[in-house]
Amino acid sequence: MAERILDVKNLEINFHTYAGDVKAIRDVSFHLDKGETLAIVGESGSGKSVTTKSLMGLLANNAEVVGGSVMYHGQDILKKSEKEMQNIRGKDIAMIFQDPMTSLDPTMKIGQQIAEPLMKHKKMEKKKAWAQALDILKLVGIVDPEKRINEYPHQFSGGMRQRIVIAIALVCYPEILIADEPTTALDVTIQAQILDLMKELQSKIETSIIFITHDLGVVAGMANRVAVMYAGKIVEYGTVDEIFYNPQHPYTWGLLNSMPTLSSTLLEAIPGTPPDLLDPPKGDAFAARSTYAMKIDVEQEPPFFKVSDTHYAATWLLHPDAPKVTPPTEIIRRQKLFAEMSVNKSVKA
Amino acid sequence: MSEKKKKLLEVKHLKQYFNVGKSDLVKAVDDVSFDIYEGETFGLVGESGSGKTTAGRSIIHLYDPTDGEIIFDGQDINKLKTRQEEHAFRREMQMIFQDPYASLNPRMKIKDIVAEGIDIHHLAKDDAERSKMVEDLLEIVGLNKDHSSRYPHEFSGGQRQRIGIARALAVQPKFIIADEPISALDVSIQAQVVNLLKDLQEKQGLTYLFIAHDLSMVKYISDRIGVMHYGKLLEVGTSDDVYTKPLHDYTASLISAVPIPDPEFERNRKQIVYDSAQEIDDENKPRKMHEITPGHFVRCSEDEVAKYKKRAASYEE
Repeated sequence: MAERILDVKNLEINFHTYAGDVKAIRDVSFHLDKGETLAIVGESGSGKSVTTKSLMGLLANNAEVVGGSVMYHGQDILKKSEKEMQNIRGKDIAMIFQDPMTSLDPTMKIGQQIAEPLMKHKKMEKKKAWAQALDILKLVGIVDPEKRINEYPHQFSGGMRQRIVIAIALVCYPEILIADEPTTALDVTIQAQILDLMKELQSKIETSIIFITHDLGVVAGMANRVAVMYAGKIVEYGTVDEIFYNPQHPYTWGLLNSMPTLSSTLLEAIPGTPPDLLDPPKGDAFAARSTYAMKIDVEQEPPFFKVSDTHYAATWLLHPDAPKVTPPTEIIRRQKLFAEMSVNKSVKA
Repeated sequence: MSEKKKKLLEVKHLKQYFNVGKSDLVKAVDDVSFDIYEGETFGLVGESGSGKTTAGRSIIHLYDPTDGEIIFDGQDINKLKTRQEEHAFRREMQMIFQDPYASLNPRMKIKDIVAEGIDIHHLAKDDAERSKMVEDLLEIVGLNKDHSSRYPHEFSGGQRQRIGIARALAVQPKFIIADEPISALDVSIQAQVVNLLKDLQEKQGLTYLFIAHDLSMVKYISDRIGVMHYGKLLEVGTSDDVYTKPLHDYTASLISAVPIPDPEFERNRKQIVYDSAQEIDDENKPRKMHEITPGHFVRCSEDEVAKYKKRAASYEE
């Protein structure tokens, strides 16, 4: 059994707005094991970024944590003061942001930006910190680091800047790395390089990663486990194989169905738009857009049903009394693969 | 794509340079030639800085090209003399933009945004006809007529992109340039917009130039694809040929980098690393487009043709 390093329980976050309270996170629970990569997938507004910002204590002023806890080394992060958070942030839990163009300080040499967390958290002298900054620059694959350490962000390309952002995040060897759409702003070839770099560094410094993205292709390559979020809730979670080859929730089906693979000839779009979280729907939030919705879906919220020890999905379709439905063709294709894979596994065992 | 089809757009040796005569000369588009046939979707892919957007902008005459010809429907668009001619051209060719937030004027109502082209080209006799046209357009793109008196901020990204599409359709164009029309949208909404574009193409016989960096989406929507890199067009072919039988090393490397929503595939993925040095032309090795297999072109020098022919043949084994 892997060591649990982060445990999020029943998290609820509201945003106060002029129009009323937006219920952005509605009862979210998940955990993170040591050394693993957990991907949180969802559309914009599904609450994936808000969830991770709350782990960092970086919520906006109008946000309020209504309930829940985030346990980290036996302590609830949500109860910590800003001052205490400053000691955790960047040292134990670090973050990589989406946009490498805006997350660096344009007026500081990159060497200083990388050395700063060392000087602050590890109380290192400047010289030693810069020496370590140089090492990590080499580690993230910056060519000619002795020269480039003295340059400013505008002298680097987008991909190189993201490498620097990663260097800053990893320089203190954090236990947890939160990557919020770290490659969305990058070209595919650069994206592939950055993702490979993250995997390589993860094994080197044994950090656990929470990876936030909307790109299921990236998830397939990066994650050990996946949590799918919709309208402020996790609707399904499981290992990467379980989510991609044996998905159970109609929303997960819809997501997988609306992404083109290089061989797809027909895309089935999910109709409609996500619900307004000022007034979240009563039952399954996805019911209004789902062709599989039943009467109970609009009346009562589905609990998590167990699919396997690691795989749970919140859909009434898994209830023993639910009628058998036929998933979309693409999902059936995937489920066949899953069946074959488990047969192969049991043969091996 | 049959060769008998009518060429709607011919781009011939298009060069679009910026800062000409200065030390920081940028060859954003450098000697690019391709044709687009009536009724097809031509996808232009490339990374940022490859010149794909610049090419699109030159085609719709937002820039005056440094050199080369752009022939639309038999007419060189850079030789349009009068205002009337320019006007007529603008009716035929429209554009859908990347950012659905920035491309709609926040102070205009939806009906005025959509009807702007109708007004400019005097397509409506009176107000009643104008409103009728706007309502029809909104319906075509999957919005309803109640939306016409609202403002852009009241809409989601996907809805805004639909408004942008309605605006482009308002003047009944033949040809639409879609510059990254879905990259700012959520996954579940992207498919909606792409399917809408496909649907409109079938119903109205539109021709598209679809510019994007998302290769799997381009493959899905396009009949033929052109791959750009550093301002040059490296490969052109049917989308199946380009994806399954890439000839140029750059294309192969680009395709190998596309993440696929399939963990098993991803675990075995090998990215092909590309060395762009092979693109550098020296004086005695001029490169141009060569047809390697029917309809499948690659940019190379005379002595490289044999190499690519061999590569194309290797796919047939």
